[in-house]
Amino acid sequence: MQTRRGFLKSSGGLVAALLAAGFLEPGDLRAEEWNKAAFETKKMEDLVKLLGGTGPAESAEVAIVAPDIAENGAVVPIGITSKLDKTRAIAILVEKNPNVLAAMFSIPDGTLPDLQTRVKMAQTCNVFALVRAGGKFVYAAKEIKITLGGCGG
Amino acid sequence: MGNPMKIRAKADGDLVEVKILMSHIMETGQRKNQAGEPIPAHYIQLVSVTYGARTVLSAQWGPAVSANPFLAFKFKGGQKGEKLKVSWTDNTGDSRGDEVAIG
Repeated sequence: MQTRRGFLKSSGGLVAALLAAGFLEPGDLRAEEWNKAAFETKKMEDLVKLLGGTGPAESAEVAIVAPDIAENGAVVPIGITSKLDKTRAIAILVEKNPNVLAAMFSIPDGTLPDLQTRVKMAQTCNVFALVRAGGKFVYAAKEIKITLGGCGG
Repeated sequence: MGNPMKIRAKADGDLVEVKILMSHIMETGQRKNQAGEPIPAHYIQLVSVTYGARTVLSAQWGPAVSANPFLAFKFKGGQKGEKLKVSWTDNTGDSRGDEVAIG
């Protein structure tokens, strides 16, 4: 069993990317580096593990604002809000896309944990809002039905 | 370089509501053209929004963000008339930054 500290020590290059993504408490903010490994994960649990967390547990404090049915999977509006104190990062995951992570945002002090964007969905499935607040990972899930996939030609 | 972004930043008291529409193809790399050849991935990876020296939002994106990405969020402490800067970098190394005055 790898500890969080041990994991971080063994993956120096990743640390800068994690800091940049706001998934770790920033000691010093270095130049941003895109977290390739995170965008290659297939499951939320694997992503959380990669980011040095455990769980995640479902939370009623996190909400996804999105349609129940989206006609066009290429453009699905997703809004995420968190009522948790110290919400430092928000990620949007699409369960059945080729890679599960669509986007992650770091939320500095003074920015509200309330944002909207648009993502592609290959098919009907769950969308997860993963939130890191107070060092813990929690999530909310919502199933969105797609009548036209977003990854086809 | 890409085309200019459309940015709207509106102050309501202490709170600034930001809406951004970027112009980018956001090609996933998973699609094929009519000849059956894969279309190379081309998508924004890093986004940052700064107010003076303060970063008010930063993001890492994958190819599953929709084409011509839309982003909306709110931050506290912005003053009317001050500048807000949005910049992105994509997987080919291309980047773009645009500024808007908070209205």
